[in-house]
Amino acid sequence: MNILVCISKAPDTTSKIAFTNNSTQFDENGVQYIVNPYDEWYALVRALELKESIGGNVTIITVGTTTDESIIRKALAIGADEAVRIDADPKDAYFVAMQISSYAKAKGFDIVLTGKETINYNGSQVGGMIAEAMDLPFVSLATKLDVNGTKLTLEREIVGGVQVVEVQTPAVISCAKGMAEQRIPNMRGIMAARTKPLTVIPAEAVADLSSYVSYSIPNAKSSVKMIDPSNMDELVELLHNEAKVI
Amino acid sequence: MVLVYINSTTGLSKAALETVTYGKKLGGDVTVITNGSASNEQLAQLGEYGATKVVVDRSVDGEDPQQLARLVAAVADQVAASTVIFSHDIYGKAVAPRLSVRMNAGLVAGAIAIPEADGTIKVNVFSGKAVGYVKVASEKRIISLLPNSIQPEKTGSACSVEETSGLAGTSAINVLETKKPEGSIPLPEAELVVSAGRGLKGPENWGMIEELATALGAATACSRPVADIGWRPHHEHVGQTGVAIRPNLYIAVGISGAIQHLAGVNGSKVIVVVNTDKEAPFFKAADYGVVGDAFEVIPRLVEAVKRFKATQH
Ligand SMILES: Cc1cc2nc3c(=O)[nH]c(=O)nc-3n(C[C@H](O)[C@H](O)[C@H](O)COP(=O)(O)OP(=O)(O)OC[C@H]3O[C@@H](n4cnc5c(N)ncnc54)[C@H](O)[C@@H]3O)c2cc1C
Repeated sequence: MNILVCISKAPDTTSKIAFTNNSTQFDENGVQYIVNPYDEWYALVRALELKESIGGNVTIITVGTTTDESIIRKALAIGADEAVRIDADPKDAYFVAMQISSYAKAKGFDIVLTGKETINYNGSQVGGMIAEAMDLPFVSLATKLDVNGTKLTLEREIVGGVQVVEVQTPAVISCAKGMAEQRIPNMRGIMAARTKPLTVIPAEAVADLSSYVSYSIPNAKSSVKMIDPSNMDELVELLHNEAKVI
Repeated sequence: MVLVYINSTTGLSKAALETVTYGKKLGGDVTVITNGSASNEQLAQLGEYGATKVVVDRSVDGEDPQQLARLVAAVADQVAASTVIFSHDIYGKAVAPRLSVRMNAGLVAGAIAIPEADGTIKVNVFSGKAVGYVKVASEKRIISLLPNSIQPEKTGSACSVEETSGLAGTSAINVLETKKPEGSIPLPEAELVVSAGRGLKGPENWGMIEELATALGAATACSRPVADIGWRPHHEHVGQTGVAIRPNLYIAVGISGAIQHLAGVNGSKVIVVVNTDKEAPFFKAADYGVVGDAFEVIPRLVEAVKRFKATQH
């Protein structure tokens, strides 16, 4: 089973979110990047588990610049066999998806995995776009993935519940919580990661479909109104008459 | 022309009414494309929210986003749509990206408002810690609207319903089983949410949370550690790595208010925090705070809500 796992960087979850350049750019000052948790915890770890049980190869791919090689090494340390970096600033989801699909088409992977979304842009876009560009089926928000020959059995989130579905390979899957458990890289993995192959390939030209022109930070709440814990009728009254939410 | 995709397999959801209302607010005619088994009478009601006509393909079950993308793209062509709108729910998340590639149209994912005067559209980014303004460069655009961002508005009367078929191709996804817990309110769409964290000490103590939710007509949610240790199902986990929600009311019980938790809930209109620790960070993000033991406060709150509800009838 040949599996491609798409990896994105994301600011560490405790990062202070600020913008520079007249609020047009994310302020990277002091920001630590991590592997986007959905990509790392679920997509990558499930790919490794599948490889361990049925054999195969796990390639990770990211669209990014040389500064992103630390997240690539982290993913290799967790256990991916090889890595590909498409050398470009990941401008938007469409750009990223076009680069990855063009690479993946030429290589013939059985499964392409993504995280369900990144924790910075929360768009849930890349997986579906890759699937369309490759004309493959797409199962999104999968919480379970099992392989039986060329048949994939998945559980996915649906509105108000879950669903068990089957699809044939090749397919694109976006991975959500439940699919696997986070793995912490060990020393051997970290050492091995240094010598695993990392291929850098140039990006293709892709027209911009959309862009972020500016950002803003929502106003903080004004001060909190404290309610006497023995007087819950007052809270209900305030929620009804003042906040008007019940 | 605006085209709105809605899923109507389980009737007309609030998210569906929101997207049609949004389409109407953009101006011009609004066509709705849908699949599934809702009756013509039901679908005609979408006219009240601004639809000019509804096109339905009853042969498509809606389980394969590839099929839906083909269907929506074909109808978008037929009606010469320049904007296609989805709800940013599981359908929007699966189909809108495909359609973006198929139609070569810029996707605004997770819109929270109608376009600004300069044409940019506000979206939630950094898990709700900031908003971004997105500009679409292509001729056509696709917008997926975050649930609960605008209220459905009735402005018109019932519209015509047309049937279509043969546009979607075959499904590549074979559904073996669907599991939906009875009677629960889907979290992303819920207007009222009662949520609890590690402060509740154990899964056996969720009875009072469920009772409060039932009394209010609210959905239930939880913090990440609670889902991780299996006290509550994963789909209830809200926050930066769980579901992001923006209900009208979010009641947080025994949750400390870690930055990753706040990220998923700080779009809520009103936040109530119940915590024994008056220094809990959550109070800084709250509108109403109660410093107290959940095991005493929540049963009292349940009674107060019931008293209030009794006066409402
Ligand atoms: C990468 C990353 C991603 C994360 N993503 C998320 C996420 O998406 N969602 C999320 O929730 N967390 C997330 N976390 C975890 C987050 O940092 C916190 O650890 C978590 O939110 C804490 O959960 P809690 O508030 O339930 O528990 P605690 O922090 O243990 O807080 C329990 C609270 O209950 C109060 N309490 C105790 N007893 C009572 C009582 N009897 N009555 C009332 N109050 C009481 C305590 O004072 C305390 O404030 C993430 C962390 C990381 C590193």
